[in-house]
Formats: sequence, structure tokens, C-alpha cells
Amino acid sequence: MTLPPGIAAKDFATAIRQWDRVVGKDWVFTSDEDLELYRDSYSPFWHEPEDPVPSAALAPESVEQVQQIVRIANTFKIPLWTVSTGKNLGYGGSAPRLSGSVVLDLKRMNRILEVDDKNHYALVEPGVSYFDLYRYTQEKGLNVFIDAPDPGWGSPVGNTLDRGGGHTPLRDHFASLCGMEVVLANGDLVRTGMGAIPNARTWQQYKYGFGPYVDGIFTQSNYGIVTKMGLWLYPMPEARITGIVTVPKHDDLIPMVDTLSYLMNSNIVQGTTTVGGPLLGPSREPELTALRSKPGGASIPELEAYVQRKKLPYWSIELPFYGPAEVVEAQWKFAQRKYSAIPGAQFRDGMSHRLPPDADALAKVANPVPLGVPSLSIFTSGGPNSQGHIFFSPITPMTGQAVFEATEVFDRTLREMGANNVGVVPAGTYYPRSFFFLFIFPIEHDVEKNRKMRAAFRRVVQVGAEHGWGEYRTHTAFMDDVADAYSFNNHALRRLHETIKDALDPNGILAPGKSGIWPKSTRKAKA
Amino acid sequence: MNTTRLLLIAFGLAAGSYAADDSTVAKGRAVYQKWCTPCHGPGLGKAGAIAANAHYRGAKPAVLEERTDLTSEQIKNAVRNGVYVMPRFRKTEISNADLDAIVAYLTRAGR
Repeated sequence: MTLPPGIAAKDFATAIRQWDRVVGKDWVFTSDEDLELYRDSYSPFWHEPEDPVPSAALAPESVEQVQQIVRIANTFKIPLWTVSTGKNLGYGGSAPRLSGSVVLDLKRMNRILEVDDKNHYALVEPGVSYFDLYRYTQEKGLNVFIDAPDPGWGSPVGNTLDRGGGHTPLRDHFASLCGMEVVLANGDLVRTGMGAIPNARTWQQYKYGFGPYVDGIFTQSNYGIVTKMGLWLYPMPEARITGIVTVPKHDDLIPMVDTLSYLMNSNIVQGTTTVGGPLLGPSREPELTALRSKPGGASIPELEAYVQRKKLPYWSIELPFYGPAEVVEAQWKFAQRKYSAIPGAQFRDGMSHRLPPDADALAKVANPVPLGVPSLSIFTSGGPNSQGHIFFSPITPMTGQAVFEATEVFDRTLREMGANNVGVVPAGTYYPRSFFFLFIFPIEHDVEKNRKMRAAFRRVVQVGAEHGWGEYRTHTAFMDDVADAYSFNNHALRRLHETIKDALDPNGILAPGKSGIWPKSTRKAKA
Repeated sequence: MNTTRLLLIAFGLAAGSYAADDSTVAKGRAVYQKWCTPCHGPGLGKAGAIAANAHYRGAKPAVLEERTDLTSEQIKNAVRNGVYVMPRFRKTEISNADLDAIVAYLTRAGR
């Protein structure tokens, strides 16, 4: 049996008995068999002692139970690690950062409290999944469109708290947050924004309330336990179409991205896209393989000549448009006009869907997420033998030059580290005004391979930081590494985080180590 | 339990299936559709079905509901321990009663 760090077995047993009385014995898990279910299914520490394991798991069904659980944890100074649906795979799943923490599993708090399809918002609990929310809106025939992240079993609350992203106009999930209910470390209950007014009438309509805007400090943090969240939804658009732009030369990427920035910042292109092209990624085409195998690799003129001979583009991009049918067609025409400034640019129509998609349309698409339908199709991307993955996801400027530089820097670093099996999705537009690179590091049930992978991961975090690129989110195993990269003025941001932590949670019971924020007692032990 | 029902169960187990009451099977179908269909159902983009195709090369149906060879032990092991990229499922997601119902549905007799 694993105990919370520094907690006597007798005290832990007393705490467990008290928690039994709060949530009922059926919802207090202490057996090895049950706790095994809370380990990270995609752990980079498979078969290693560092693989974190909880000491217990508690599954409350109400905010009052969460408050009582927190008060007991404070009495005994036992750390809690909160999960919503526990499906944050690639970022730690339902396992704690600190082994021996008690997992607070909010999956049973799964009520959809309100969905308004006139002003387009929802109020939900943490255990609600995107699938649940979608089913609810379908069953009730509501005029709302859901932006889900790639796996639909995730929690809108949890994903928003981790500042996740999706594919449609409201894909920056934190930006759609409107009002929270939070249990603080002392058990107090706070509502943010307009929710601080008793009998609030606009909790999910106006974000900011009065005074300092505090919602952000409860994201990627360990300052409170969010038990309700308001989310803005999109009104069901009439149509989604995509248009594909291709350009013939290497340096065409620079005006291609400049035009993309203009179109996205003008809200003309409103969804996630990525830079593509036939030269990205591995290829088995003999002529290209021969070119790349030359000493020093292929030159840019050689690659330009190659794509010209093969009648291929050098770069491509698929632009998504959401809105009234006439409007999206006009937007696509306007985008073509803007891109026509690049000599040799070519255009073709991509996908075209009326929304919401009917059963026939859905049967023809492998990934319905951009159509507002949650899915698990993303799990097809790793192939049939995949055992899991973790993500390295740095944010870069939205420029063609940044794509050249980041691609070259990370490719070289991964080669130097012998990490030859890392998948890459370059230059995505999950967030406004910046590019998002996604490097997919495979997890294996092999100690040596995982050690090598972890070393490569830590190296790309360092190299990224040296170039001014930071990660937006990371797996629990690398939270300290990523936080270390945000080091301006001798880690002033970390010191601020720690000051807030010490003020709100002096006993350090909430999620020690989340985002590299450790309680005072643990900081002393680590020093 | 009468003799006929005992015989049915014995026959069912030998064939990789067992008799369960209709309500458990119906519950199992609902739980299966909620938790399993997104990866193991028919249609495009189903990771479990695609993996099954790759591993069994057509020797077994890719869609889990069409399999007749699944045992209770296999199903419970997959749900609680995971298989390849499929993660473990906690009891707050799929309770033991839900899991029994899934087993009843996927191993139901008379298919």
C-alpha cells in the first residue's frame, strides 16, 4: 500500500474513515486493484519505480462532498490530485504528479446544468464529457455547435482548465470560459465573474464581473478545485467548407502564412488548419529519397525542381470556413483573391458540408470533430500497434520564417537524440496569432526506449526555450522542465505562482507539482 | 435455477457465450454503445476496429459486436488493463455492474 508522502499509516487510515462517511465506502478506492486503474495508461515510466501511483481515490458526487473532502485533507495535510473525466491522455491521464497523492475523481459530478441555445452557452460539472454534452444537445434539438478537442471523452471543464484547443471557431477553449465555481483549499466556495452576485442573472453571459479577473489562475494550476464552469458555445453554423491553396516555391511559405494571418485575424478563416506539402515528413518516393540521401541533403533549388517535375506543390494549406452558405463561398473567393498575389498559387475546393451533418454525411467522414461532432478517431493516427504517446507542443510565431526555423531546429535535435519515430504536425492554428507544433513521442512498455524518449523530450524543451519557444501544456512528468523554461528575471513568474500557492493553500494539499508549482514544504525538501 | 437454464449456461460458456437476462443484455448494449462504439463500432475512423483488422487480417470481425469468440475474461481484462492504445477504464466510468452488462451483451447466447 502506498501512503501519501510524510503521512503516518494511522493518520491516513483515520482520514480514509472520515472520507468513507462523506462519499460512502463504495466511492473510496484503496485496493491495489482499484488504484491500478488510476495509473497513467500512457506513462513514460512503464515498469519503472517513478511511475506515479495514488494512495487512494475518492469519487464525490456533489460540491458539498468536495468541500468536506478538502477540509479533511487539510486536517491531515494529505495531497489531493483532481481529475475531471480522467482522460487527459498524453498529459498524465488520471495519475497524480506526486506519487502517494489521493486522486479526487470528479467523474460522478456529471450534471449538465444548463444549455441555452438562444444566447449559446452551457453550465456543466467536471465529470461531463464532450460526448455527453453533444448527446444532450442532440436529444433536445438545441441550436448549438460544440467545439470538441480531438478525443471526445474529455471533459469540457478539464480541457478548458488545461487550456486545450479544438478545430472550429471557438477552438481556444479558455477564451470561451464564462464563470466558474471553485472550492478553495480551505473548503470555502467561490463563484467568479457575475456568479459572485447572489441569484446572478448573467453568470454565463458576462465574463469579468467586478474587480480583478481571477479565472485564469485556476487554469493549469493547483489553487482550487473547479466544480462548475460556464462555456460559450457557437450557434449552429449553416455550412462548413474548406478551400485548398498550393504554392510552388520554398519561400512562398512566407507570404502564404502572412496571408493566413490576415485571414484568421480578420475572422474570415475560423478553424484549425496546418501547413502541409508533399515534402513534409518521411517519403518512400525513390527520386525524393535519392535526393535526400545525398551528402548534405537536398538543396532548396533541387527540391523546387523536383516538385515542378512531379507537378506537385511545394506547400499547401486547407482553409476552413464556417457560416451561412453564401458567406462561406464569398469568404473562400476572397481568400483566393488575396492568395493570387503569390505567383503560381493554385486553388481547389475542398470539403463542403451543411451543418449539422446528417447521418449520410457523417458516414463519409473519418473525423467528424471539425463538423461539431465529438469522436475518438484521433486514436487511429498512431497505427494498430501504438501503446500510447505524449505530446511536445511548442508555440511559435505565426510566420513562414518561424516554420523554417522550428522545423530545422527540432528535426536536428531529434536526430541528434536518436529519436527517429517522433510524429510531427507542423504549424497548426489551434490558437489565435501563433503557430502550434505538435510532436508525438510514442510510449512503449520498454524501459530503455522510454528513458531515451524522455531524454529527447527534455532536450527539445531546452532547445525550444533557447530559441524563445515555450510549451503551452505538458505531461505531468515534464512539468518542472517546462516551467523551468519560463525563467525571465530569475524565475519571477514561478516565484509569483508560489506566492499565490502559499497564500491560498498553506498546507499544500492541492495537486502538488502541477505546472511546476510545489507547496512550501515540498520546495524545502526539493532544495 | 432449473435444469434447462443450467444446460443453456453450460452450453453457452463452452461456445464463448452465456445466457443473461434480457434486461442485463439491454443495459449492456446501452453501456457498450456509450463507451465502446466510438472505437469498436462500424464506420470510418474507429481505432479499435482498424487495429483488429490489422491484427486479425479478416480472420475475426473488426466490429466487436460481431465477434462470437469473446470471453468474459478477455473483455474484463481489456477494460480494466487496456490493450495497446486503449487505456484502462476506472470504476467511476464503467462500474463492475456495467462491465458485467457489457460482458452479457457481447457474449449473449443465440447469435
